Amino acid sequence: MPKAPSSRRSADDRWFRLGTGLFAFLIFLLVAAIGYELVKNSRLSIAKFGLSFWKTRVWDPVSGDFGALPFIWGTLYSSLLALLISTPIALGIAVFLSELAPRVLRTPLAFLTELLAAIPSIVYGLWGIFVLVPMVRTLQVHTPDWLKKVPLFTGPPIGVGMLSAGLVLAVMVIPFTSSVAREVLKAVPPTQREAAYALGATRWEAIQAAMRYGRTGILGAIILGLGRAIGETLAVTMVIGNNPQVSLSLYAPQYSMAAVIANEFTEAADNLYLNALIEIGLVLFIITLIINVLSRLLIWRVSREVKVKEPRRVPAVEAAA
Amino acid sequence: MTRDSRRRLLSRTVVGLCGLSVVVALIPLALIFFYVVKQGFSSLNWDFFTKLPKPVGEVGGGMANAIAGTLILIGIAAAVAIPVGLIAGIYLSEYPKSHLASAVRFTADALNGVPSIVIGIFAYGLAVMPVHRFSALAGGIALAFMMIPIIARTAEELLNLVPPSLREGALALGSTRSRAAFSVMVPAALPGIMTGILVALARISGETAPLLFTSFNNRFFSLRLDQPISSLTVQVYTYAISPYDDWHRQAWAGALVLVTLIFIFSALARIVTRRLERMHRA
Repeated sequence: MPKAPSSRRSADDRWFRLGTGLFAFLIFLLVAAIGYELVKNSRLSIAKFGLSFWKTRVWDPVSGDFGALPFIWGTLYSSLLALLISTPIALGIAVFLSELAPRVLRTPLAFLTELLAAIPSIVYGLWGIFVLVPMVRTLQVHTPDWLKKVPLFTGPPIGVGMLSAGLVLAVMVIPFTSSVAREVLKAVPPTQREAAYALGATRWEAIQAAMRYGRTGILGAIILGLGRAIGETLAVTMVIGNNPQVSLSLYAPQYSMAAVIANEFTEAADNLYLNALIEIGLVLFIITLIINVLSRLLIWRVSREVKVKEPRRVPAVEAAA
Repeated sequence: MTRDSRRRLLSRTVVGLCGLSVVVALIPLALIFFYVVKQGFSSLNWDFFTKLPKPVGEVGGGMANAIAGTLILIGIAAAVAIPVGLIAGIYLSEYPKSHLASAVRFTADALNGVPSIVIGIFAYGLAVMPVHRFSALAGGIALAFMMIPIIARTAEELLNLVPPSLREGALALGSTRSRAAFSVMVPAALPGIMTGILVALARISGETAPLLFTSFNNRFFSLRLDQPISSLTVQVYTYAISPYDDWHRQAWAGALVLVTLIFIFSALARIVTRRLERMHRA
């Protein structure tokens, strides 16, 4: 007996929900599979070194001794350095574009700053090697002698090193932090500023009131930038110097987690070596996952409306959406 | 100085500093464009598009293989990511309140923040390790994994912009949900979805890290999906860290082609967006 049209329709609807849901579930599955695969493929190194992997400095593929301290140090140092440079600039841009700039200038200036996010990492790296590093080297050569005794500025002037990495990363992070911070500031109710002005506040004092209102969101924007900096690979690999050492000096060539994976992955001749590199990838995965979740939660607290997105790679699109 | 004039001075200073920070951010942007265009243009010639790389020490040659490789990798990524991302996006907008939808939304955003080198390791374990061979397919898959969350989220967002009355009308006429989604909602949101796809393409075409140990590199012209394949980004990287001047020259040319490719995608996105705006106004 043929089924009634209505029951056929509801069967069709069930299949539709199941079918499309399956594809959506694939995304969920993908993230779980990444975690599983990384753990599975780093088990040799996890079993052999345990936690000491993160505390020792030897990196000797020949004798099979691996410690990732220099890499995690380099990643943290370069990312925090980048944050230190980029945060004031990014917040300045966000404030300028959301509160101060004349209306005609807002869209074109936002377009230009977000263009920084459209440049591929490899182009940053190329520019870093041939333009930025020579500039940094000149700076290093002209460092006054008394300053060279400070631990931050010791070492020969070779250009590549922590300072170059921090500078390239800072430029790369700026558009991410500034565009999210701008969205956060836009979500602050105008009454906050109006109330401040009504009490006789100057412009800066009114901006402070707005920033204080959105502070968790702004913190989220900064942390989002940190996540980007930690995961950045090629640009850092090309300018950081690729030398596994733990040094305070900005001039010293060092290394980062992503860089060691990029450089040595295809050369890893034995399984333990490969597993050690994948374990570094696993930790990178976990750290960026935590940072992303954290920044999203912080931004949500200010406003559900603010979407945590990277700045549009194609800034022109913003107008339509 | 009175307290008030001090406050006013401070305010003006900070306003000035904020304006200055925009200028500071635009300096590297201008420098990068200046060098890429200047060095790239002077190194770009017809050979670059038609010739294969020359062996070390010989001057000349081009990146024909890398250009073809990049297009193939982008093609594979698009072929995998567009259907998956689009259908996932349809689910997210059709059943927005379901538990699965919130979980997927959350993980899609998280996936977007996963470093591309980690995606590369994953694709290596998935498609290179089992067959012991680098392949174009592995590289394309890695890029697809990066595209999927972007497409899914933009598709969802743009489907949500379509007035719900359209769906309701279709359902009232006796159409099934799938019919309403695929024949009414998706066509209505299509220009926007196209924009999302172009944005995702612009993003992945500049990626290097996920290709280093998936599609690897190939000195020869290859169109085979099961073989290592060259790409513009990996080739530029190899040349940039080499000690040869002629290779540096070609790296700049490659960077210029890469940036141009990204801007073509962006310009297309912009054209589509314009049409979308006109449609909304009508």
